[in-house]
Amino acid sequence: MKKHLVSASDLTKEDAVLVLDTAKELATISDRPVKKLPTLRGRTVVNLFFEDSTRTRISFEAASKRLSADVINFSAKGSSVSKGESLKDTAQTLQSMGADAVVIRHGSSGAPHLLATRNWIDAVVINAGDGTHEHPTQALLDAYTIRKHLRKNEGDLSGIKVAIVGDILHSRVARSNAILLKTLGATPIMVAPPTLLPVGIENWNGEYSYNLDDVLPKVDAVMMLRVQQERMNDAYFPTAREYSRNFGLNAQRLKRMQEHALVLHPGPMNRGMEITAEVADSKNSVVIEQVANGVSVRMAVLYLLLGGSNSEMGENSL
Amino acid sequence: MKILLKNGSLKGEKNVDLLIENDKIIKIGPAKSITDVNAEVIDLSGLIILPGLVDLHTHLREPGREDAETIATGSAAAARGGFTAVHAMANTLPVADTAGVVEQVWNLGKNVGLVDVYPIGAVTVGLKGEKLAELSAMADSNARVRIFSDDGFCVSDPVLMRRALEYVKAFDGVIAQHAQDPRLTQNAQMNESELSGKLGLIGWPAIAEEAIVARDVLLTEHVKSKLHICHASTAGTVEILRWAKDKKVNVTAEVTPHHLFLNQTSCESYNANFKVNPPLRTNKDVEELRKALAQGIIDVVATDHAPHPIEDKEGEWQSAAFGMTGLETALSVVATAMIDTKLMNWADIARVMSERPAEIGQLADHGRPIAENEIANLCIVDPEMTWKVDAQDTHSLSTNNPFHEMTLKSKVVHTIFRGKLTMKNGQVKK
Amino acid sequence: MGANSRNSARVVLESSDISRALTRIAHEILENNKGSKNLVLLGIPSRGVPLANRIAEKISEFEKVNIPVGSLDITMYRDDLRLKPPRALAKTEIPEGGIDHKVVVLVDDVLFSGRTIRAALDALNDIGRPAMVQVAVLIDRGHRELPIRADYVGKNIPTSRNESVQVLLADTDNNEEIVTISAGQQ
Repeated sequence: MKKHLVSASDLTKEDAVLVLDTAKELATISDRPVKKLPTLRGRTVVNLFFEDSTRTRISFEAASKRLSADVINFSAKGSSVSKGESLKDTAQTLQSMGADAVVIRHGSSGAPHLLATRNWIDAVVINAGDGTHEHPTQALLDAYTIRKHLRKNEGDLSGIKVAIVGDILHSRVARSNAILLKTLGATPIMVAPPTLLPVGIENWNGEYSYNLDDVLPKVDAVMMLRVQQERMNDAYFPTAREYSRNFGLNAQRLKRMQEHALVLHPGPMNRGMEITAEVADSKNSVVIEQVANGVSVRMAVLYLLLGGSNSEMGENSL
Repeated sequence: MKILLKNGSLKGEKNVDLLIENDKIIKIGPAKSITDVNAEVIDLSGLIILPGLVDLHTHLREPGREDAETIATGSAAAARGGFTAVHAMANTLPVADTAGVVEQVWNLGKNVGLVDVYPIGAVTVGLKGEKLAELSAMADSNARVRIFSDDGFCVSDPVLMRRALEYVKAFDGVIAQHAQDPRLTQNAQMNESELSGKLGLIGWPAIAEEAIVARDVLLTEHVKSKLHICHASTAGTVEILRWAKDKKVNVTAEVTPHHLFLNQTSCESYNANFKVNPPLRTNKDVEELRKALAQGIIDVVATDHAPHPIEDKEGEWQSAAFGMTGLETALSVVATAMIDTKLMNWADIARVMSERPAEIGQLADHGRPIAENEIANLCIVDPEMTWKVDAQDTHSLSTNNPFHEMTLKSKVVHTIFRGKLTMKNGQVKK
Repeated sequence: MGANSRNSARVVLESSDISRALTRIAHEILENNKGSKNLVLLGIPSRGVPLANRIAEKISEFEKVNIPVGSLDITMYRDDLRLKPPRALAKTEIPEGGIDHKVVVLVDDVLFSGRTIRAALDALNDIGRPAMVQVAVLIDRGHRELPIRADYVGKNIPTSRNESVQVLLADTDNNEEIVTISAGQQ
């Protein structure tokens, strides 16, 4: 594996499968009386959050703590940190505090890339979501969830079709998923009104469509993205009602899906907008499970990036 | 004070000797034909003599942002790049929108004395795009402003643009438009493309430039005025310019060295030294811009030298400032892009970096033929030198040069400004 | 480690020796614990797992009861994690009924420094509280670095530190079954 996890494209297929396999073993920890491993004892993980995201931060925090790492939560949101100089200053502060890993969430696309490449800090950098760029651990947990249900928790995802529905243009989750699903042999299908698909989508990995109803019957999983109300004001679509009518997942649409098909959502859900309560709570929905899987996957990432010496995976590792 | 230039190649053609006295060229003869014991003799064997370069688009930052650049440091960088005249853009603090400010810039340039600094006046008060600045007062000032631009912002209101184009006809002025539709480029960060989608950076569509260029070409034709397009960056703009020139619309255009040399893939590094307005485009755009420059569809090269302090450039892409420095590397970049590729020769370089810019700026003493009794504004180039750019090695106060670590061919070695060596053997005489 | 090094390797146990050693260990476990009651066998991956299974089979044969058998991955408990690149994890499978109040026999192929068993004891600690923990190994090659000893040993083989002991088993190594010693660090 590479030293940092900044983009889903940092992972080869072997890397990605290794993360999922490792997560599978680590998931068993939560059934034990002692939900903790000594692996990262004495190592410091900093959660550097320039943007609010309680879910992601808690997930990384739980993952770090289950591996016995020391966790420092650094919330830079609301402070006057907006200029680049401060990212450098912050990085250097963390460096002198002896951070071994920095989990960074930032509103600016590319901020984790800078942290990983600018020699401001030696720590391993894990991208916990940057701007409208990527969110690789979310893609890993989605892949884990899909694999667990549809591939008996083993191997890759070859042959699986996944619809990613909603605000593809602004979604870091969609980008990372498109890359990782392709890496794992699955076919992502981006579904959105044309205004919410990026220019050049036809050259992305996978397929795209403007029509959810055409896509639903042929997919094995559907991933509903959160649609922000403010997009409406920027004329990406006329009204919430119209969006919901065309791209919302409701009970009738669920019926048109295959029996085994999964419903995923990275959360937090806009019930009534992109997904109805009925669907969110249906037997096809794995939304709640995604949260638990998030902890296992992040433990796996932390272990694989931080658990050994700072070199590549050993020959006896696979 | 006399200077005797021996055996230099005139625009890459015949070799000559050239004698300068005071500020004038007093004698030109065949190679090794002139001797003068009282003159400082400089051997130009293997070097090329061009007219002193003229930049139509320079941000000198003074007054207001003397932390990024001053007229003195910008002039030194210009001299080092082979320039003898630069046009100082109006987006200073305060904005160059009154006779007072443009005269201040004019005088500061004169005091430094390394290049002629010609101020560009703002089109609208405070660059706000709301009402016209006192264009006529600036034209009548000692600075004798002829080019007006809100550069950094587009004069996007079509009525205001029409009025500006009409108004400057009274004193034969030209409006230099920064063509960028503001609504199509809200928060935009890089060229809109598959890559902007992948990098998660808000796209800046080519159409945002082309729509304004097309509109303004039509307006210019309608009111029979003069338009100059700043930093053309897209193949589509080239198409519109081709059409306009075909129709004999009075439009000229510039392209920057960086748009002739770099493309959007540089953005993959999230290194904000590649963040510029207009953004770096695709390889195809670069190719079309080169061809257009060679064919004269694009008239001139202008640097859009835009210095910024480190703190405005080293952070996250979205919060970084737009712009690149370029005075010191301009000729080398253009030569590498255009001569190495056989698209142009040295006479063409003289045309696009000196003669045409001086014409557009209506400068009497620049971009003139290299002939007896002309003012001695010269740029001497070593066409064979290959060198690696070091952004830290600069006379500018800023180091945001995107060509850092790149290898370029040809370099300016001497600059003569009004008969004086402002740079000799790469050393600027401050 | 593969066919190449086998050339210079010295064979210490053949397949039949291995089988006999395991039979003896199975008997000793029964004798020592006065039967199979409360016994749980946990193999340490990778080769401890098939060994545990085989010992369990033999015990089941003798006693006509099913002995709970599982695996215990100790990777996350190793004390040399930081010295080497990260390793992939192996399976931990605790048999139904858990390990609380049980007699847990840890099974591994080679006992050397004792650090693996130390890690296994830590891992067990996080899973439950056995009544007793015992250790069974196919080979004890000496050179302990911790106060740990095996309760059941297939064969004691004196080695030098520089030698490496290689155990190949039918289940994990393409039907080849042999124990060899060769020169050079493991």
